[in-house]
Amino acid sequence: MIGLLASAAEASINWHTVIFYVTALVACGFAVLVATTNNIVRMAFALIVCLAAASGLLFLAGAYFVGAMQLMIYVGGTVVLLIFGVMLTAQKAFITMQTKGGDWILGLLVGGTLLAILVQLAFLVPQWQSSDYQAKADKNLATYVEKLEQQLADGQEITQPQRDELARLETLATDGMPQRTGEIGLALVGVRADQGTRPDEKGLAGYLLPFEIVSIHLLVVLVGAAFLARAKRHHAGGTTR
Amino acid sequence: MGEYFAGWLPSGWDFLGYTLAAFVQAFLLVNVIALGAFVFIWAERKVSGRIQDRLGPTRTGGAFGWLQSLADGIKLLSKEDLMPKDADPILFRIAPYVSFAASFAAFMALPFASGWVALPLNIGLFFLVAVLGLEVFGVILAGYSSGSKWSLFGAMRQAAQVVSYEVPLGICVVVPLMICGTMDLVAIGDQQRGWFTNWLIFHDPFIFVVFWVYFTCAVASVNRAPFDLAEAESELVAGFLTEYSGMRWSLFFMAEYGSMILVSILAAILFFGGWNGPIPVFSSMMDAYPNYFGNCWWFSTFANMAGVLNILIKASVGVIAMMWIRWTFPRLRVDQVITMCLKYCVPIAAVCLLGVMFWTALGVPFLNDLVPAHDRSLVREGWMDEGDRRADRRIEMIEQKVAASQEGGVE
Repeated sequence: MIGLLASAAEASINWHTVIFYVTALVACGFAVLVATTNNIVRMAFALIVCLAAASGLLFLAGAYFVGAMQLMIYVGGTVVLLIFGVMLTAQKAFITMQTKGGDWILGLLVGGTLLAILVQLAFLVPQWQSSDYQAKADKNLATYVEKLEQQLADGQEITQPQRDELARLETLATDGMPQRTGEIGLALVGVRADQGTRPDEKGLAGYLLPFEIVSIHLLVVLVGAAFLARAKRHHAGGTTR
Repeated sequence: MGEYFAGWLPSGWDFLGYTLAAFVQAFLLVNVIALGAFVFIWAERKVSGRIQDRLGPTRTGGAFGWLQSLADGIKLLSKEDLMPKDADPILFRIAPYVSFAASFAAFMALPFASGWVALPLNIGLFFLVAVLGLEVFGVILAGYSSGSKWSLFGAMRQAAQVVSYEVPLGICVVVPLMICGTMDLVAIGDQQRGWFTNWLIFHDPFIFVVFWVYFTCAVASVNRAPFDLAEAESELVAGFLTEYSGMRWSLFFMAEYGSMILVSILAAILFFGGWNGPIPVFSSMMDAYPNYFGNCWWFSTFANMAGVLNILIKASVGVIAMMWIRWTFPRLRVDQVITMCLKYCVPIAAVCLLGVMFWTALGVPFLNDLVPAHDRSLVREGWMDEGDRRADRRIEMIEQKVAASQEGGVE
């Protein structure tokens, strides 16, 4: 925590940081509101704002795809949850939900443990704290170029592996901080961007098959669930229409 | 724009430039919705008047009654702000803003000309679809918090409709995405540069069908007639916004018009060439005189302004078509709405998706290859080769430098 404050003080406050803190505050504040509100619809409203703020954080981090996914799946899913919440429980008796004392203790325990682990993890990754990623990448590129210049001056040709390495360093320096989501998405359809630069190189298997198996499995489960639900109604004797 | 303003200011005050740029862009975007609603509400009355063989507004503001929207706005502002006794006070007050904000947020990622977009996203299309799905949130909040069973029923009906029409809408927008190979709306628009035969709707027969499915779903997802069974203002009690009055009611209305403009602009970008006119006046001049016009800032700005005009004309045609549909077709029943979605729109869209896939995969010539068209200026480039090409350039530089130094050494 002290490290975080110190780094904030020495770096000049830019607008990005300010908006990050505002969005993070909104996310945390509405998360607390989710826990403290009794009304189920207000709770869902707070949850949606919290999740939307989390997607805002992802947008700030440059992970646009994950941010939009967050909007699509979590926020949109919570909207559907809200619909069902209103439809099924919007009567007077069910509209308030009381949190008991034991639940509070359990919740605080689990949440506190998770927070402690996450804070530890957040400060474990040095890249997340360093703002000199670009400088390092530029420096690496410059050193490699100097090496190649030296080699050429000595009369040696540039070999293909060296050329590939140069292309990799160029990409690192040009693209800025890596946006891993794009690579994951490509890997899902069989292009492994993290292994080599050409599709005919070895190891470009991707995760398409496991991905498809998982989706087919899910589909089978859904169909089975629908079938079971339908069979029960048949058994009860009523016509299905 | 942020960099431009920041460039004026002394270093250390960059954030002021970015803030200024954000305010300017937000102002422009709000005015797209506000002025759009202003114009289209007036146009709706005139269109409905023509269709029903009457005059529409004639008194306020001269012969065409063009000040009618302003008069309405003043009337709404001066109305009393009512809230039912049973309403949930916080949610009831928040709901109109949620609805409007969801509609407004989608405009952030919407380009109006090549590069003229508030938030350039490489997944702009996906972001738009995700945000479009959030508009139902405000509706449910409004319906629930009003404390009235009519509002709740209306909200539930509308929620069912919007959520189910998300499915075919999502399939429809995948088709242009698949052809262009990018979710970046600016790139999708730029790929359709040239003659009007380059527009994606003339790409192949399947996407021509997809456009009509998209338009049907768009009309349904912005809750316009004949899919306005949730509102049904002439039979039911105005659905989820029964209890709203004055300015809050008009915020919902603005959100509806904002969504109409949004889906029309999206249709223009995805299917009708976006900001490219039917005849490539500016782009052919840029290609013919690359040194004179191609790299010239005032010329590209001028071309972009023409592009904004183009896209607004195309979107207006879409909005007016929606009005035409509204005043022509009878309202659908709830079962007809869901049948339309699940039995017709989803299968047609899915078959067309497969059709476009096979059309592309089997290498059938595109219709806009058969029709003599202007050369495509932007050919899709393999992203894989980008690093290699940069490395090639760098090696050339190194070799030149070494050669130069060796020459120097020899001398």
